[in-house]
Amino acid sequence: MDAKDILGLPKTPLPIPQEKKSRPQKDSQRKPDGISREVYALTGGVAPLMPSIDVSQLKRRPPSDEKITWQWLPFTSSARKDDLQLYHWVRVVNGVPPTGDYSFAKYNKSVDVIRYTDEEYEKYLTDPKWTKEETDQLFDLCERFDLRFIIIADRFPTHRTVEELKDRYYSGTHYLYVVSRAILVARAPSPGEVAGHPLVKEPYNVTQETERKRALSMVLSQTKHQERKDAEVLAEAKRIAESRMAARAAEEPDLPVPSDVGPESAEGAVGPGDTISPSNVQAPAAAIAPSTSVIADNASTLASLRMLRVYLRTYALEQMVQAASSSAGLRTIKRVEQTLQDLGVNLKPKVPTKAVCAEHLELRKEILTLLNLQKQLQYKEAEGSSFRDGSYGDMPGTAKRSQRAADQDRTFVPDTISFGVIPGDRVVKREQKRKGPGRTSETPSSPAGAHKRPRKMKASDL
Amino acid sequence: MPHTAIEAQVEDGGSASKPQRIIKLSKTTDDSDKKVTNKRVKDIEICVPIVYGTIAFYLGRKASESQSHKWTVYVRGATNEDLGAVIKHVVFQLHPSFNNPTRIVEAPPFELSECGWGEFEIGISIFFHSDVCDKHLDLYHMLKLYPEDESGPQSTKKPVVMESYNEIVFPDPSECFFARVQNHPAVVVPRMPAGFSLPVLAPVENTNEKGRGDTKDHPLSQWFLNFSEADELLKLASARQQVQAHIVKLRRELSVIDGMPQPLKPASSYECT
Repeated sequence: MDAKDILGLPKTPLPIPQEKKSRPQKDSQRKPDGISREVYALTGGVAPLMPSIDVSQLKRRPPSDEKITWQWLPFTSSARKDDLQLYHWVRVVNGVPPTGDYSFAKYNKSVDVIRYTDEEYEKYLTDPKWTKEETDQLFDLCERFDLRFIIIADRFPTHRTVEELKDRYYSGTHYLYVVSRAILVARAPSPGEVAGHPLVKEPYNVTQETERKRALSMVLSQTKHQERKDAEVLAEAKRIAESRMAARAAEEPDLPVPSDVGPESAEGAVGPGDTISPSNVQAPAAAIAPSTSVIADNASTLASLRMLRVYLRTYALEQMVQAASSSAGLRTIKRVEQTLQDLGVNLKPKVPTKAVCAEHLELRKEILTLLNLQKQLQYKEAEGSSFRDGSYGDMPGTAKRSQRAADQDRTFVPDTISFGVIPGDRVVKREQKRKGPGRTSETPSSPAGAHKRPRKMKASDL
Repeated sequence: MPHTAIEAQVEDGGSASKPQRIIKLSKTTDDSDKKVTNKRVKDIEICVPIVYGTIAFYLGRKASESQSHKWTVYVRGATNEDLGAVIKHVVFQLHPSFNNPTRIVEAPPFELSECGWGEFEIGISIFFHSDVCDKHLDLYHMLKLYPEDESGPQSTKKPVVMESYNEIVFPDPSECFFARVQNHPAVVVPRMPAGFSLPVLAPVENTNEKGRGDTKDHPLSQWFLNFSEADELLKLASARQQVQAHIVKLRRELSVIDGMPQPLKPASSYECT
């Protein structure tokens, strides 16, 4: 077979002068400085648009006319109100120390806490829940601690929640800004700027904040069980929404009449449009009713399948399989497939009739159940063994019993080997490598799940 | 019952750019026709088992470099019955190196033969009659020219056959479609629920130019594979039995462990149901 035929190239070769021209151009491009051609080609073979690091700067040395010394000199900071003098190393150039304020003084920023006069307090800020004394203390602390309300709440003499404090401060300040504009004009730049101040634009909402914090703490303290339930409910809701979307999408093609069929189809197009809506309503309702997530998965998959006008049996099976194994991880799915293979069953049925697909699906679900039970058994084993290793190992009775459980585990595993299903991958390899009478004492006794605390079969345990 | 073949020249009044097409429709003009509305039949699914694939022959002495094999791609009924009642036309999408790679086959048997040397994926799009379904179905099949067993020279007598079985499911068929294919051998229709009656339409006369639409005596039919669900069902049943037995065993073992008293039982999250 001519290679050119395979590639579909024209039979006549490229004119030779063209080839020669293109080559010298490429050669000149391939001349980067400093790095070899291959390395340059690795990075794309083209010069970068923007130099990432200025290589010339790296080898630069300070100009030789400057004389640099380092001296231990005192300094003061404008950020401090006292006259504390501290010392530090200073880079002196040609005998001249650097001038200017301490370089970190500019970071000493504080919050502009508005202080009210007594008069303003009487006029605008009286509140049944707050005494003037308390409010004074609050504003003092706010200024001292730069509105760090958690610290302020700690230091506040009487017991107040952070939300209450915030509320008092912000509403007070808000009030001062908005209402007493006449007073503030002298202090604040302009009414326009006052209106733009964030305190004015977004006032502090006590109830919302308390609610939000409560919700946050609830979410954080959710147990794993609750998390799982929430995820399931959300997934179900998503599926219902999707099946509704599919219904809507399925509806749309009905309405425009297909152009290459005659007028008979016009009646056909209108009819289904009417009947889609009742079935649409029924299907999501059917999906909501079942309580366990597996049945919900199936029902919603069935509903979404029914939304399609036509589908292949294999597609339907794939969807159902996916729905059934939605709660399983990738490893579990692989194990299910391995089990199917060991049982001599095709992963995808060769003759996917309705009956065959149904059986296949049921088989997969049963294998999932089997694997779950095996895992449960493992956990129980681990539980039993951890008792023996701990202080509870003193009781001879229980030690014997959990040992028996361990033995049961031993006898069980060989059975599963017969069709190849093994709880943990590691156990597979061990069992396969060490077959023989010495097994009981040599094989590491813990199944994959409990590998953190290996069980040691010592006579001293008893 | 009288039936007439209607030849309709369809003019698309909507847009002048669309070409006019001549469509042959075979339709019965019974009075009972009018009673059949285009409502959907609920909770009944119509299933059409099909087999699709390719059969490829090595051309032997007649082979050239660019045409070493002659192959046929097709969609047939699983029992070799005529699919024309359900399928309107099939579009086979070939490799772009073929002339006019989009081939439309408008009448059963839905097949296409070509000569070539390369293996590629063929796109098969099945379009249904308007009362069956508006949406088409897309399938893909890898054309196989060379046998698995590469030993020895290729035979011109024995072709390389690759077939796949599948079932087209219509979950929500229209009454018209349902009535039309109730007794059709290519279609699997469940029994109608009691009290539900539809007028029985006479089977559609085949006005196919190709002759018959079924593939029972097709020249290639000797190579068609047999797809029997019995084998698979047996295997699945035995597998399920094995798994169920193991489950019972595990459950017994779990209950034994649960039955054992422990010295101090911590709140175990493993025991959630």
